[in-house]
Amino acid sequence: MTRPGMVINIDACIGCYNCVLACKDEHVGNDWLPYSVSQPDTGHFWMNLKEKENVLPQVIKVTYTPIPCMQCKDAPCVKAAKWGAAYTREDGIVVFDPEKAKGQRQIVDACPYGVVYWNEMKDIPEARGLAQKCTFCAHLLDRGYKQPRCAESCPTNAIIFGDLEDSGSDVSRLIRSGATETMLPDLGIDTAVRYISLYKPIIGGSVVFGDTGECGTGVNLAIMDDAGQKTNIATNNYGDFLLKGVSIGKKYTIRISHPKYSPKKIALKIEGDANLGEIVLQKK
Amino acid sequence: MNQQSNRLTSSDTENSKTLGSGEKEIVTIDLGGVVKVSVRDGRILRVRPLVFGPEDESSKSWNIQVGNFKFAPQRQVSIAHFAQASRKKVYAENRILYPMKREDFDPNGTDRKTERRGKSGYVRISWDEALNIITGEIRRIRSKYGEAAIAATGSSHMAWGLLNYRFSAFNRFFKLLGHTEVFHNADSWEGWNWGAEHAYGFHWRLGIPDQYDLLEDALKNAEMIVYWSADPETTLCTYGGQESAMYRQWLRKLGKKQVVIDPFCNFTGVIYADKWLAPRPGTDAALALAIAYIWIKEGTYDKEYVKTHTFGFEAWADYVIGTDDRLPKTPEWASEIAGVPARTIRAFAREWATKRTMLAAGNRGGQGGASRTAYAHEWTRMMVFLAAMQGYGKPGVNIWSTNAGVPMNEEFSFPGYTLGGMNMSGVAKNAPVNPVKQKILRLLLPDAFLTSGPLNWRGEGLNGRSAEQQFKPYTYPLPTPDGALLKMLYRCGASYIATMPDGNKWVRMYQSPNMEFAVCQTPWFEGEANFADVLLPVCTSYERDDIGEFYNIGGYSIDSYVGVNHRVIVYQQKCIEPLGESKGDYEIFEMLAERLGLGEAYTEGNTVEDWLRKIYAVSDMPKIMTWEEFKKKGYYIVPFPENHTVRRAMASFYESGKGLATPTGKIEFQSKNLEEFDRDDKERPPLPHYIRSWEDHTSELAKNYPLQLITVHPRYSFHTQYDAKSVWLSEIPHQRVLKDGYYWWPMQVNPKDARERGIENGDIIKAFNDRGAVLCIAEVTERIRPGVVRSQESSSTYDPLEPGVPGSIDRGGCVNLLTSSRMMSKNASGFAPGSCLVELVKWEGQRKIK
Repeated sequence: MTRPGMVINIDACIGCYNCVLACKDEHVGNDWLPYSVSQPDTGHFWMNLKEKENVLPQVIKVTYTPIPCMQCKDAPCVKAAKWGAAYTREDGIVVFDPEKAKGQRQIVDACPYGVVYWNEMKDIPEARGLAQKCTFCAHLLDRGYKQPRCAESCPTNAIIFGDLEDSGSDVSRLIRSGATETMLPDLGIDTAVRYISLYKPIIGGSVVFGDTGECGTGVNLAIMDDAGQKTNIATNNYGDFLLKGVSIGKKYTIRISHPKYSPKKIALKIEGDANLGEIVLQKK
Repeated sequence: MNQQSNRLTSSDTENSKTLGSGEKEIVTIDLGGVVKVSVRDGRILRVRPLVFGPEDESSKSWNIQVGNFKFAPQRQVSIAHFAQASRKKVYAENRILYPMKREDFDPNGTDRKTERRGKSGYVRISWDEALNIITGEIRRIRSKYGEAAIAATGSSHMAWGLLNYRFSAFNRFFKLLGHTEVFHNADSWEGWNWGAEHAYGFHWRLGIPDQYDLLEDALKNAEMIVYWSADPETTLCTYGGQESAMYRQWLRKLGKKQVVIDPFCNFTGVIYADKWLAPRPGTDAALALAIAYIWIKEGTYDKEYVKTHTFGFEAWADYVIGTDDRLPKTPEWASEIAGVPARTIRAFAREWATKRTMLAAGNRGGQGGASRTAYAHEWTRMMVFLAAMQGYGKPGVNIWSTNAGVPMNEEFSFPGYTLGGMNMSGVAKNAPVNPVKQKILRLLLPDAFLTSGPLNWRGEGLNGRSAEQQFKPYTYPLPTPDGALLKMLYRCGASYIATMPDGNKWVRMYQSPNMEFAVCQTPWFEGEANFADVLLPVCTSYERDDIGEFYNIGGYSIDSYVGVNHRVIVYQQKCIEPLGESKGDYEIFEMLAERLGLGEAYTEGNTVEDWLRKIYAVSDMPKIMTWEEFKKKGYYIVPFPENHTVRRAMASFYESGKGLATPTGKIEFQSKNLEEFDRDDKERPPLPHYIRSWEDHTSELAKNYPLQLITVHPRYSFHTQYDAKSVWLSEIPHQRVLKDGYYWWPMQVNPKDARERGIENGDIIKAFNDRGAVLCIAEVTERIRPGVVRSQESSSTYDPLEPGVPGSIDRGGCVNLLTSSRMMSKNASGFAPGSCLVELVKWEGQRKIK
C-alpha cells in the first residue's frame, strides 16, 4: 500500500504563490467527482500561504508557510462528519463526499489547522453550504499523476511529494533524517504533511561603538536561556547579530561584551521576534 | 543531431493514461513560460508547466559541479505565478468579445465628440462595420492630411508568438500602409541606455551587459552578491518565468553573502539578503561615489586593472576625492544625501573590496528602479565603474543579476520575436519599408496631439545601432510631405495610462479634438481601451496558432534564452476557439489590408499555416524534424551540447584589456563619446557626477509633497498583463486587496509616515500631487524606508471617479498618474518616473463600488 505524503521546506519557499494558484487552476470551475466539486472563485485557499514579516535592524525577513490539508491519520474532520461525509481512503488521503458534506458546518470547525473551507453555495440555497478542502489532487494521482498540482508548480522544490510507505522516497528519507516536524506537534496527530524549518522567532540587533560611531564589529554576545543553555555569537562586519530558532515563552539574558567597551546586559522574554535595535557600547 | 529525430515518440501515447476522458493536452507559450493546456469540450480545464517526459530524454540538461554539489535544473519549465493563473486571463470578465463602437461616435459626422472619450459607453457592431469605419477613416485622414497624420503603436510584451507579435503583423501592416512610427523607449532600463553604454559599450544590447556563463562563474568563484536596485524574484529576467529561482537557492547553499540595496526590502531581499541598505530614491550615485571614495582612500581597488583596462580614471578619482570641487565624496557626505548610515557604507565598501562580488544591478544585469530616476545615466555609469575597480570580468567579479547566464546551446538557430516574424528575410518575399519619414517618441505622443509642436528630442528611443545613434536630433512635425500633425492613433494594447509617466497627459490626449479618430485593438476592456472610437477584440495566445521559442527575443536581446534553463521551441497550437468574435492580430491586419488593397502585399498569398511553416524553415529546426513531426510533437527541447564552449561574459576583456565598443575599447571613466558630443552638458558630463534630482526630498516641492514615490515592476503580474483579469492574482495581498467590495491597489507606507498622517494598515488612502491623485490601500510596513512610498507601476485598471475628466481621482491604482514625464536630462530623451513627490491622506470619500 502507498501513503502519499508531503514535506514542505519553509527554507526553500520564496512566496511565489504558484502552489496557491495551481490549486485554484485545478479546482476552481472544475468538478472532479466523486472527489470534489468546484472550489469557489474566491475566498477558498485549499493551499494557503501565510506570510510572517520579521523586522530586524539589518534586514527584514519574510517567512512564507504553505498550508494544505495535513491528511491526518484519525482525522478530526472524519470524526466530526456524519454519514461518512468525510472519509479516509486506503492510501490515507482524506476526502469529503461532495453530496454528503453538504450542510455539515461542524466539519469546518473540527479542523485544528483551519484548512477546511465552507462553500456557501449561494447558487444552490437548499444545499445549505458545503465543507471543502484539499484532496492532494487525488483525482489526478489516481490517474497516474506523480504529484499534486501545487508540488508540480513549485519552482524551488519547497513542496516535496512522495510515498511515505516507500522507505526510498525523498519524503521518507527526510522524515527519517529527523529534519521534519508537524505543524502542531502538541496535537500528537500523525499527519501526511510535514515541515522543515517551520517559523521560529529570531533575536536580532545591531551594535554601534559609541566613541567612533562605527559598526560594532567583533562584539561577543553570550546568550543564556532560562534552562541555562548558553550560546555565543559574534557581531559581523556591520555590527549585526542574529540568533535563529529561539522559543516562545523562554527567557533569555544576553551579555554583550568587547575588550575595549563597557559590557551591556539585556534580559528579555520571547513573545515573538525580538528586534533589539541599535545597541550603543561606550568605551571603557 | 539527426539521429535524435528517430528517437522521438508521440507524446499522445506517453501521456494518454494520465488524461481524463475527453481531455486533450496542447503545449503553448505564455509570457511566463511554456505551458501544457488541458482542454475538454472546447474549454480550458487547466494550465500546467511543461514537464519533460520520457520522450524528452534525449534533450539533456546542463549541470554545474561545485565541490561536492552538482547543480542541475528541474526537468520541467518553472512558470511564473501569473502564467499559472492564466486560465482566468483567457476567460476574464472584461474580455472584449465583439467589435465595438463608442455610442456617440459618428464616423460620418464632423463633430467627433472627442470630449466624450472615456465617458461614453459602447455598442456592438459587426466586423464588417468596424473594418469599414477604420478603413474609411484611414482613407479620409490620408487624403486630407497625408499618411504621416496616422500614428500607430503597440504595447510592449504582447501575447507570445512570432507571427502575431507586433514586430510581425502590426509592423508589416503599418509599414505597407505608411504611418508615423512611434519610437518606444528603454522604459525598464532607461539609465543604462543613456549612461552605461558610454562606459562599457554594449550599445547593441541597449546598454545592458552580456550575461553568458555567469551562473557557473558565480557559483564557483563569487563570494558576495549585491542586489543594487535589483529584485530578480519580481522581475523574473523578464520572460524567464521562475527558472532562476533555484540559482539563488544554490548561491545561499554555497554560503554567498547577499546584500540588497533598495528603498524597499524587496521580494528577493526578504528571502536572501543578509543586509539591507535603503537609500532614498535617486541617491544611488551618491552611495556609489562614497564606496569609490573608500576604495581610493584605502587603496583597495584593483589598481593594475584600472591602469590597463580603463580610461580617464584619475580625472574621475579627482572628483571622488574632491580635488576638483573641494567636496570629498565621503560616506558622511553620502549618508546625508542617501539616508544610509556612514558606518554602514564604510563597512559595506570594505566588505566589497575583500570579496569577489557579483553586482546584480537591476534585472538582466542592468535595469532597476534606480535607472528610472533623474540623471540615472550617472548611476549606471558608476555601476560599471565599481565593477571595474574590482576587476570586472575576473572570475567571480561581474555585473550579473542572478537570473541568467546558464550554460546554453547558442549554436542552434531559432529566431526571436524582434527579428520580425513574417517580415524576416527568407520568410516574406518582401520586407516593407515605412515610406513616412516623420517619427514621434512615445514619451511625446500626447504632446504631439496636444500641441502643434515643434517637439524636439534625441535618438530613436531604442538606440541599438551605435553609441552615437542616441545623439541624433529629431523634430516633430516634419514639414510636408515628410510629416503632418497627427490626427489618428491606432493602438494595440491599452497599457499606457498605467505604464507611461504623467498618465493624465494621455487622458487629455485622447480627449483632444486633434485626435479625430482612435482605434484600440486589445483583448481586454481596461486601461485606455475606453477612450477608443472603435474597439477591435483580439484573442489571447491560447486561441490562435503561432510558433515561438521560450524567452527568445533576439535583436538587442540576442541569446536572451540564457535566462531560462532549456531552450524550448513550441508549435503554439490553438487550444480553444477564439472567444466571441475575437481574432488574432495577424488576422485582423489581414482583413484591414485586404480592404485597403494591400492584401496581396500583406499575405503574399500565404495562409497562417504557410507563414508558420516558412518561419520554421529559416530556423535549424528542419535539421531535427519535419514541420509535420513538429506539429505532432508540439515542442522541441534543444539538447545541451556535449561540447559546450564557455564564453564567460567580459572574460576576454579581462584577459586582453581591449575590445569593448567604446572609442578607447576600454571602460571609460571619462566618456570620449560624450566629450565629443557635448562636453559642456552639465546634466550628463563626460565624467559622471551625482546630480541632485529636480524632484526629491530636498526640493521646494517637498514642502507640499514630502514623500518620494517609487513605481516599480509588479511581483505578481507582468505589467498590466494579467492584473485584474485573474481574481486569483487579486487575492494575493501584494497585488490587490479586497475592501468594501473593491480590489484596491496597494501602496507600501512606512509606519512612521503612516502614523504622522493617521493612516493605518488597510486604510484607503489618496496619494496625490499637482499631476494627479490615486486611491490605494495602505500596506503599512517597515519594508519601505521612511520618507518613501512604494507602489507597482502597472495597474491595468484606470477607474476614475469622474470618467473622462483629466486629473480625476483614480481608484484603479494607476500610480503613473502621479509621475513626471520630464526627460532624464537635457540630452537624454528617456523617462525618469522614479523622481516623484507625493503626499498621502486618508480617504474618507466615496469608496463603495456602485
